[in-house]
Amino acid sequence: MIAMEIHRDDTGSKIGMWLFLLSEIILFGGLFLLYSAYRYKNPLDFHLAAWDLNRSLGTINTLNLITSSLFIALSIFFIRKGDRKLSMIFLSATIFLGLLFIGVKYIEWMTKIGHSLYPNSPRLLGRSQGEILFFGLYYTMTGLHGLHVLVGLFILSVMLVLMVKGKINENRFVPLENTGLYWHLVDIIWIFLFPLFYLIT
Amino acid sequence: MKNENYQTYILVWLGLVILTGITVSIAGMNLGRLSILIVLLIAAIKSGLVLNYFMHLKYETGLLFKFMIPIVLAVLTIFIGLTFTDIAFR
Repeated sequence: MIAMEIHRDDTGSKIGMWLFLLSEIILFGGLFLLYSAYRYKNPLDFHLAAWDLNRSLGTINTLNLITSSLFIALSIFFIRKGDRKLSMIFLSATIFLGLLFIGVKYIEWMTKIGHSLYPNSPRLLGRSQGEILFFGLYYTMTGLHGLHVLVGLFILSVMLVLMVKGKINENRFVPLENTGLYWHLVDIIWIFLFPLFYLIT
Repeated sequence: MKNENYQTYILVWLGLVILTGITVSIAGMNLGRLSILIVLLIAAIKSGLVLNYFMHLKYETGLLFKFMIPIVLAVLTIFIGLTFTDIAFR
């Protein structure tokens, strides 16, 4: 009976995740390019439209993601040490904060939509071209980012389940590390989104 | 590889929170064009902290990890820079 050796390439999987992250940076980079072009053409309109966004909620969400990044880093730190319980607590906390982020985003969007400020709404179309562009970019970029948060939350939950089952442990935690890398990128993207939409009044 | 302690993470987090506070304060001041530059600079510093410490880039060995972020930043700079050589003159 030949013993099957499960092929494991931790460095390879990490490089794989990084390559994916680089492609994500280019993806969002394209949208940031759009933002910079339209803002250059409509500086005053962008300043004006930004007043419609709630700076406090934006700040809360920024602190939210920053802290969730800390928590996932700590979760990985503790699984390396073999402390599965603490690792799971921090992983759960990461997911919780991620859900809070989605909650706040939901409130923000619903408020805007409730005020009839959504892509192609009559009220929005009545505004200047630059403001229409601002909101188009706002919904697209925070929407795409929010989608990434949702996917991240799903994967984080899968990791939590794997950890409960013992499939992620102190000898095998690369999936969790790679998930962490993805989550940090989501944080970094928001770190740029926040000032460009909320702090330009 | 990782013989750092969790205190480093807490310190980095604290730095991120403080930088966020600074960003919001700067936005409250009326600095005109300087505002966006400072705010983006702070965002870059925050990203650097997340990349180097939370994502462990500082501790990674190998040319790939050293160069991939600078290369992708160069790509983005070319995208945006070259686009502006066009739209700035329209």
